[in-house]
Amino acid sequence: MTIDGTEVLKRAVTEDEAAILGDWTGALRESGSLQSGRIREAELQTQAKAVLGQFRDALAAGGLDADSEGYASLRETLADISRSRAIQGFTPTDTANFVFSLKEPIFEALGRTSGADASALAAGVWAVGKVLDRLGLHTMEVFLASREEVIGRQGQEIAELSTPVVRLWDGILALPLIGTLDSARTGVVMENLLQAIVDEEAEIAIIDITGVPTVDTLVAQHLLKTVAAARLMGADCIVSGIRPQIAQTMVHLGVELNVVSKATLADAFAVALKRTGRKVVRQQTSTEELR
Amino acid sequence: MDRIPILKLGGALIVTIQVDMHDRLALALEEDLTAMIARTGARGVLLEISALEIVDSFIGRMLVSIAAVSRVLDAETVVAGMRPAVAITLVELGLELTGIKTALNVERGMALIQARLAEEEDGRGGDRDRHEG
Repeated sequence: MTIDGTEVLKRAVTEDEAAILGDWTGALRESGSLQSGRIREAELQTQAKAVLGQFRDALAAGGLDADSEGYASLRETLADISRSRAIQGFTPTDTANFVFSLKEPIFEALGRTSGADASALAAGVWAVGKVLDRLGLHTMEVFLASREEVIGRQGQEIAELSTPVVRLWDGILALPLIGTLDSARTGVVMENLLQAIVDEEAEIAIIDITGVPTVDTLVAQHLLKTVAAARLMGADCIVSGIRPQIAQTMVHLGVELNVVSKATLADAFAVALKRTGRKVVRQQTSTEELR
Repeated sequence: MDRIPILKLGGALIVTIQVDMHDRLALALEEDLTAMIARTGARGVLLEISALEIVDSFIGRMLVSIAAVSRVLDAETVVAGMRPAVAITLVELGLELTGIKTALNVERGMALIQARLAEEEDGRGGDRDRHEG
């Protein structure tokens, strides 16, 4: 004789819903997601109630198959909860526990409804385990996807923030590069620089690579391309801020940077001023004549 | 067939490209320009390409060859007003136009040519060229 676990589970959840909800919110309260202060108790209870209600309906409509049509609204609710947790900064454990902590109250409810019928209890436990594991995994998947999204957006923001073109003087631009240069970023950098050259009618652009951690052949090639493009527009480029270790690595790698390069941005700026026919002089403070 | 006009201004020739270059137009320009340099004895050529939006490898190579032919005839080519997108495309195509002088706009381009003319009038002394990439 086989016992349908789904039926056992359905009965337990329907008959004992209030008790399950009580136990579950109790477990959630103790689990520590409240202590972090990221979510209020009332909100947690509302979520729990909604999820349990939908779980009951889904069981009636879709049986044990958590991927079926009957579970669509429950999956949607869990996805929303999970997404908001990812943004609120919950740990993965906290998020997964939201679903997994439902197991124990349901086990207890199964125990109460099945009474002494051990095989019914076993079938019910198996059924609830199967469904809740699937739902838990679904929650985690959404959680991770939301995290990835957040990370991707931050990466994009960093890329946008870290390629400013600043005007140092009339006709002199500086492009302080920060972070690793890859093809995508070089494209953005190049476009920004060239547009700035047009807008500012710049004669000289200083590319400062103090903030670039490593310069390999690829990065050097990207730099050269930028310099060449700027030259085509009629502006000269000076590369500055090559750190001693990087200079050594470049020479050892055989990377040749056939452009004007200076050790510091200040040196490059001095060259740029000289080329545009300007010079900086100290205001005379004493009788001593300063050059 | 339409042709690109070439203007003479003092010792310099000015070419402004206002239409989309196609291959035959480019070849005609190269021919006309060569003939014009030979006839007028111009010492500088200013190619103004701020209206040029699309370049391919052929047009890029044509710029290089115009510059090379001009140099043989002792005229210096300055390319002025290249758009950012065009510059990026040329660099990606590997055409860095080495040996051609570039300027941001016509004004600066003319200044470059005039500087060269003035220098030569000074008795061909002191080769004070701006560096070429």
